[in-house]
Amino acid sequence: MLGLTSIVLAAGLALGAPVHAQNSTAPAADAQQAAAPAAAPAPAPAAAPTQAAVADPTLDAAGKPLLTPSKTIGQPQDGLYGLQDQVTPNGREAHWFHNWILVPLITIISIFVLILLIWVIIRYRRSANPTPSRTSHNTIIEIVWTLAPVLILIAIAVPSIRLLAAQFKPAPDNAVTLKAIGNQWFWSYEYPDHGDIKLTANMLKEQTEVAAGQRYRTDADGPRLLAADTRVVLPVGVPIRLVTTAQDVIHSWAVPAFWIKLDAVPGRLNETSFIIEKPGLYFGQCSELCGARHAYMPIAVEAVSPEIFARWVASKGGKMPSKGAAPQSTTAAGNDATDETSNAAEAGPVVNATAAPAVTNEPATQNPAGLGQTGN
Amino acid sequence: MTDTALHAHDHGHAHDHHDADHKPGFFQRWFMSTNHKDIGTLYLIFAIIAGIIGGGISGLMRAELMHPGIQYLPTWLSYLHGSDVKFDDALHFWNVLITAHGLIMVFFMVMPAMIGGFGNWFVPIMIGAPDMAFPRMNNISFWLLIPAFTLLLASPFVGVGAGTGWTVYAPLSTYGEPGPSVDMAILSLHLAGASSILGAINFITTIFNMRAPGMTLHKMPLFVWSVLITAFLLLLALPVLAAAITMLLTDRNFGTAFYDPAYGGDPILYQHLFWFFGHPEVYIMILPGFGIVSQIIATFSRKPVFGYLGMAYAMVAIGLVGFVVWAHHMFTTGLSVTVKMYFTAATMVIAVPTGVKIFSWIATMWGGSLSFKTPMVWSIGFIFMFTVGGVTGVVLANGGVDDYMQDTYYVVAHFHYVLSLGAVFSLFAGFYYWFPKISGKMYNELLGHLHFWVFFIGVNVMFFPMHFLGLQGMPRRYPDYPDAYAHWNQVATYGYMIMFAGVVIFFVNIAWSLFAGKKAGDNPWGEGATTLEWTLSSPPPFHQFETLPIIDGGDRH
Repeated sequence: MLGLTSIVLAAGLALGAPVHAQNSTAPAADAQQAAAPAAAPAPAPAAAPTQAAVADPTLDAAGKPLLTPSKTIGQPQDGLYGLQDQVTPNGREAHWFHNWILVPLITIISIFVLILLIWVIIRYRRSANPTPSRTSHNTIIEIVWTLAPVLILIAIAVPSIRLLAAQFKPAPDNAVTLKAIGNQWFWSYEYPDHGDIKLTANMLKEQTEVAAGQRYRTDADGPRLLAADTRVVLPVGVPIRLVTTAQDVIHSWAVPAFWIKLDAVPGRLNETSFIIEKPGLYFGQCSELCGARHAYMPIAVEAVSPEIFARWVASKGGKMPSKGAAPQSTTAAGNDATDETSNAAEAGPVVNATAAPAVTNEPATQNPAGLGQTGN
Repeated sequence: MTDTALHAHDHGHAHDHHDADHKPGFFQRWFMSTNHKDIGTLYLIFAIIAGIIGGGISGLMRAELMHPGIQYLPTWLSYLHGSDVKFDDALHFWNVLITAHGLIMVFFMVMPAMIGGFGNWFVPIMIGAPDMAFPRMNNISFWLLIPAFTLLLASPFVGVGAGTGWTVYAPLSTYGEPGPSVDMAILSLHLAGASSILGAINFITTIFNMRAPGMTLHKMPLFVWSVLITAFLLLLALPVLAAAITMLLTDRNFGTAFYDPAYGGDPILYQHLFWFFGHPEVYIMILPGFGIVSQIIATFSRKPVFGYLGMAYAMVAIGLVGFVVWAHHMFTTGLSVTVKMYFTAATMVIAVPTGVKIFSWIATMWGGSLSFKTPMVWSIGFIFMFTVGGVTGVVLANGGVDDYMQDTYYVVAHFHYVLSLGAVFSLFAGFYYWFPKISGKMYNELLGHLHFWVFFIGVNVMFFPMHFLGLQGMPRRYPDYPDAYAHWNQVATYGYMIMFAGVVIFFVNIAWSLFAGKKAGDNPWGEGATTLEWTLSSPPPFHQFETLPIIDGGDRH
């Protein structure tokens, strides 16, 4: 089983992310080992591990998460004034675009305007220039300050459009599909390509807020308001196809370290894709006003090596897509009778979410035009 | 009273009193007013009251956000609904606060002050008209605001309060929040919208039909241009909002399903309709500010506005392009790639006419003879702060970048820079500029400068760190945040305290000036003030221009 899956995953890596294939597995194992001792003193045993044949590789024997959060990646840091570090290729490109094109440009423009203002304030104050000129036109300069911004904007538009095109590149057939469903006020997740895996992620409350014996947040789980009782487990180096929808009102699934924010709209399936390059723990928060506990439905993503992901899938009673070529395998998974919420988006990137609207767990009103990639 | 129209023809002014100085009794003058200056004053008083309430709510918000955790919300809610407060209700009360703050500041502070207040006061005077075209409609425009504001303010006392955000997104605003509060907020928007549409019709008619002889469109002061363009934006955008929120009402109460996906509706339809109104709305809030600043910069530079035609048509361009960029508010809703590319490009186009305005203001000062009276200081502050807010808008315009920034504090920082430091700065500039004309008293110059500097420092300390919070990913509309956002939130709250001190200075200045201010002459600003209001007494007679002024072919304003 494991052998087969790793072959599939290796093929996936070769297809989807040849650049990142070489650095994905080994660091993952390191991170797991390094994280294990840190997690050991964590109090509050969680609910017993699921009764699966395979032990959940992300938890220790006591059911505590093995991977502890890093203070410097995947979560905000106090007092900083820049973007969070990015761990996806598109995130890095956007990060570069923002930090090296947009920020310098807007800083220069603002300082230029400030210098002009200071200059006219000093040079043309009444005591320095008692007689005003009557100049009220200068066609040349008006043309210049109309055209110069046009050129600057074109210079911005080129990398901006390139970034958009990269973000909308459809996920390849072998992508791992994650369906995130917004609820008031928690996230639920499905892995439609991996059998009947369904997760529910609630925010972990503080020790002072729970009854005795209930699980509460520890630093091993993550920061306050960011730690969730269930983490989304995803493989590194493998394209992830994210599909979002919502049960009630609009929510938004956002993880800053991935440069991903996608609204979860009832009746619609939105889709995007990304590749996580580094194993680790990444946090995000609901980003569309959804009612009282809008601030209390965090997102925690644990990125692990493909091998650990495969074991995790097995521990959840799911199965990896079989060895055959990816399109066939995903189709097979889509026909899995046990998967009531089997996902429309898994039929492949070309016809993705529009293929089988009736099998979503939402009323079948989703609008194909709203799906990013299908319009093109 | 019935021969109004006849007299309007006979005397060239649309009013029913013959004597310029005869004022009706108190009740008739202020509650049944048909005088544009009195209605303008009512609007200004209304906007100041709404500003105090809306600004007070932001004080509550900054207090709660000063430290991580929920500190005050349950206590505040218990003042409203008794001591038995559930935690979720306290969290909902946060959403009520942010909704009220947004709606009050947009619909009941900035718009009434800019258009109803300064527009009413000075558009007729600047074009040499005796009054607005439809004085009674002018009156009902104002008085519709009173029930509108009352409905909004009463909504948290009748039900649990409208916690939908000022955008009132479906389906949170339909099946997401039952109870009368959201209905009251929607009706409040309806009334405020009707008020603005009537006002817009009035301004368009007045400006097109009642200009004094010789006052061609291309001689109109830029403030009049700005109000004219704003009026067209209102006229075209507000009916769309009215339609969108009417469908909300029927979805909520009469079983329709325009926005309910379970019955074939679409929540995204609401967002398209809302932002088709909502984006022009942001220009509705800032264009009159552009006009005010243009007048002030020219006045205190003692120089005509540089590139008058470019300035006027830049505003026209902003108004036109403002109608085709709305979906940049919806970059994360699942738009297709071509749509995102189009809205990215179209949005960036707006930076061009905006740049023309910024540079033209600076060129107006260039070569001028600048005196730094309080209105001028506010206007220069406006130019720089609006530039800062504008360039972060260019960042947000990039659909690919916006995936990160959308609904974070970066957006909050951006729109407060263009509104709270843009529109509000221009309001203060206009207030100081025209205060002598309106009241007949000079304000205190020292207090005016002090107000500027304290307020300027306060709002920058408050809003600039919000860029940092947004870049670190802090989502907006959160009553509580992870501890890693504590530092800048605390700084922002200190900024609010500084700003608050500035506002106190403002009110001290008003009070001092009204009671002890020096008497203002007809034109306290000297040769640079060339528009028609400075040819009248301060305050102007109850009816001005009994004989219409003739505008010669002189310089442009």
